[in-house]
Amino acid sequence: MEKTPKPVRDQKIVYTKILINNEFVDSVSGKTFPVINPTTGKKICDVSEGDKEDIDKAVAAAKEAFKLGSPWRRMDASQRGRLLYKLGDLMERDAEIIASLITLEMGKPFLQAYGETMWATGVLRFYAGLADKIGGKTIPIDGDLFAFTRHEPVGVCGQITPWNYPASMFTWKIGPALACGCTVVMKPAEQSPLSGLHLVALCQEVGIPPGVVNMVPGYGPTAGAALTNHPDVDKVAFTGSTEVGKIILQASGGTNIKRTSLELGGKSPCVIMDDADLDEAVQFAHDGVMVNAGQCCIAGSRTFVHEKIYDQFVAKSRELAEKRTLVTGDPFDPNTQHGPQVDEDQYKKVLELIESGKTDGAKVECGGAAVGGQGFFIKPTVFSGVTDNMRIAKEEIFGPVQQLFKFKTLDEVIERANATTYGLGAAIFTKNIDNAMTFTQGVRAGTVWVNLYDVIHPQAPFGGFKMSGLGRELGEYGIAAYQEVKSKELIVFLCYYPCGCRRYA
Amino acid sequence: MALFRCGLKFRALSAALRNNVACMSSLPQPIKNPEIKYNKVFINNDFVDSQSGKTFPTINPATGEVICQVAEGDKKDVDLAVKAAQDAFRLGSPWRRMDASERGVLLNKLADLIERDRVYITSLETLDNGKPYHVAFNADLNLVIKCYRYYAGWADKIEGKTVPVAGDFFAYTRREPVGVCGQIIPWNFPLLMQAWKLGPALACGNVVVMKVAEQTPLTALYIAHLAREAGFPPGVINIIPGYGPTAGGAIASHMDVDKLAFTGSTEVGQIVAQAAAQSNLKRVTLELGGKSPNIVLADADMEQAVETSHFALYFNQGQCCCAGSRTFVEEKIYDEFVERSAERAKKRTVGNPFDLTNEQGPQVDQEQTDKIMSYIKSGKEQGAKLVAGGNKMGDKGYFIEPTVFADVKDEMKIAQEEIFGPVQTILKFKDMDELIERCHKTIYGLAAAVQTKDLEKALHLSNTLRAGTVWVNCFDVFDASMPFGGYKMSGNGRELGEYGLEAYSEVKSVVIKIPQKNS
Repeated sequence: MEKTPKPVRDQKIVYTKILINNEFVDSVSGKTFPVINPTTGKKICDVSEGDKEDIDKAVAAAKEAFKLGSPWRRMDASQRGRLLYKLGDLMERDAEIIASLITLEMGKPFLQAYGETMWATGVLRFYAGLADKIGGKTIPIDGDLFAFTRHEPVGVCGQITPWNYPASMFTWKIGPALACGCTVVMKPAEQSPLSGLHLVALCQEVGIPPGVVNMVPGYGPTAGAALTNHPDVDKVAFTGSTEVGKIILQASGGTNIKRTSLELGGKSPCVIMDDADLDEAVQFAHDGVMVNAGQCCIAGSRTFVHEKIYDQFVAKSRELAEKRTLVTGDPFDPNTQHGPQVDEDQYKKVLELIESGKTDGAKVECGGAAVGGQGFFIKPTVFSGVTDNMRIAKEEIFGPVQQLFKFKTLDEVIERANATTYGLGAAIFTKNIDNAMTFTQGVRAGTVWVNLYDVIHPQAPFGGFKMSGLGRELGEYGIAAYQEVKSKELIVFLCYYPCGCRRYA
Repeated sequence: MALFRCGLKFRALSAALRNNVACMSSLPQPIKNPEIKYNKVFINNDFVDSQSGKTFPTINPATGEVICQVAEGDKKDVDLAVKAAQDAFRLGSPWRRMDASERGVLLNKLADLIERDRVYITSLETLDNGKPYHVAFNADLNLVIKCYRYYAGWADKIEGKTVPVAGDFFAYTRREPVGVCGQIIPWNFPLLMQAWKLGPALACGNVVVMKVAEQTPLTALYIAHLAREAGFPPGVINIIPGYGPTAGGAIASHMDVDKLAFTGSTEVGQIVAQAAAQSNLKRVTLELGGKSPNIVLADADMEQAVETSHFALYFNQGQCCCAGSRTFVEEKIYDEFVERSAERAKKRTVGNPFDLTNEQGPQVDQEQTDKIMSYIKSGKEQGAKLVAGGNKMGDKGYFIEPTVFADVKDEMKIAQEEIFGPVQTILKFKDMDELIERCHKTIYGLAAAVQTKDLEKALHLSNTLRAGTVWVNCFDVFDASMPFGGYKMSGNGRELGEYGLEAYSEVKSVVIKIPQKNS
């Protein structure tokens, strides 16, 4: 019997400081920054603002916790797994609190935030189970040698997480890092530090040794840059915009060649063939671009519809978007489906792109404006008659704006789907096996869905082709970024077989 | 957590067994008369009488007295269990539809429940098997819980591949559950052997019909109850207490059992393998006997080598398939080694397994005791030198003195045949080549060990000895993540680790024609 989750509406915010060595401390400068509630535009509370000095302290702590002989380095891999599993249990215990923090700081409707939090416990449990199953090999090389590899933790990892799925993104980063035995300095997005701070408090509660997990809230250009430029950080993992991803990759290369993994933006094509189940396709395509107020890297933000079913598809999409407009509002209300954009910057950017769509000649089927009143709410918007050269066809909007394009043939649409610098996700709706096989093979995207959208699970890898990213997260593939492979070769048995034949297969 | 560390770290364990110090202060007191809650056949999550109504007694080996009667399963019960298992495995069933990750969650829950009831379960194991309570608590239960958690982690990681075949095709493999798994487990590590079997089988999505040893059925039945509590659907796990030739034989010959896993003697292993082949060619894995060489080189740390070698043989009352039962000692240090080993054996404390100061409990039953005593007799008759022990102890229960034979020659029965008791046989060797040949002059190949400080010798021996597990400067170190199994007549296939999953999945290849293949 599943209970109905209840939001904690007026919770006292307990964790607002920097976590280093399992202690919450003020920033070195004493500065703080405000966390804004996007539903009201008002301040929730102040959080310690970390900068270079705080990052230096955190990195030093993480480096110390990684020393040979430390409790973390001496810990059995299976025990690291136990700690991660228990962290999942605590996250589940506090799911209502964490979800409420998410709703408060970035506006996601509470039930969706709760869903995100519970889903994320599965990521921790997945990596908990992997911790004692990742190792090297013994290898039959030429010569009288015994050779093997060790898969060692890469070291101190700087992890920068975004605001759109704060709890989930925390687990995508911490899961593989801790499973491999790395130590971590996290910088959560300045828009949404509260859920992350609660989660690191749980790391403390579960018994993860001091210095293994550290968190420094702050801004990108200051705390984030200090982390990505730090000479003692061995690896950087970043989820955010492509623009900032490029800056970070340059910083990694320019400093100590940090191993770098990036999860960036997308402009993912959603292709609807004429034999698709129309109502299902309309619903998936709508959800795929509208969920989280459009604030998903993987949003299906280019919906290509076969000309035969185009008019019907447009009409039904408009209907769904208009229905969604009616359930826009207070994200703590269980009936609310659609929340605000995360902050004023995002809100302005989305509105600007909507205007460009109108200027470029796309037709506004519904929405196309802000909701008005307090908070950063934008009406679910549908554009039809979109052509490939428009800004709304090329640039990532990160808002509740659906673009509908018309196409004729599969080969044509695959080419148009690939004509982008991005390559994060893609989908095709069809009943025909040849269509499905051809599309999944031909589209250059890290995740391809057939007859659904936005199905992501801890076991399957996720990541981008081209400028949507570098490397993969989730699944066993997600471990590779957190390990360093060491080869060892030893000379053996020079004297024990008189026949002169020294090596044994 | 000190308890886990104790059970886990080899040196700490043997030191604790010797000194009865570190772990004891934090060890919870045993329940000396644990209540027997479950003693029937377990099918479809229900405990039921056997079809025949018959029962058999299970004995307390410390006293020779009957603990209780247990339902005696036979062919009819096996038939019912297999039907229940098949039903739980049908397409669309709750078990087949369950997410792989959820199977992992159930296995972790089972581990949680075992932890919750650890004191009771350990007490029951000690009562039925006779192993000292503190060893069962620190070693057996520790490994059991970790085994379930280890395989819990594998459940959603059993992957196939997509494969770039020639031609316009999309090809992939799926690793599917094998189906109904018949599992026959022995009496020497009842809980642990059950975990080694259930862990991988359930992680892969199979259904199980398990026959437990007639000497030690009680703890397995309690675990079945916990599995039910954890939420495993009815029919997924079924347990039949009973005898080998009847219940065991019925499983081995059953036409609807897809796979058989057997741990026990080499002799019976051969019988079940034949039955499996003659019936429906069910896939078979076997974990059988051993006569494992433990090699002590002259440069080894003498004190540690003596202690390790002692532990290698006497652990679990000598009732280990992988016992270090041929101790090969380099000539140079032979006499000193023999003297110290005899001294150590004489110091070994034997008695009531609930008494926390005892290192050794009784043998499991009269039959084993008689067999061991006859080997001791043959050792004397064939000219080996008895330097410690050699007699039964007490007039109740099945206790045997820790016994040491020196000047043992390869051809003697005690050097060739598996004794499965507290009888250490120490042989002398001079050079390496001769040694390796002598180690290999056996039908067995389960384990081996080397005690030495020399890097090259250690690697040479580890890499050349024909044995499934080789230990260097230690013995009996187990981990759920390391495969275990035998070369030659010590077995077929591997348990534990990732390798342990292979026997429990069936690989399916799928090839789909596509309009045009691109790389």
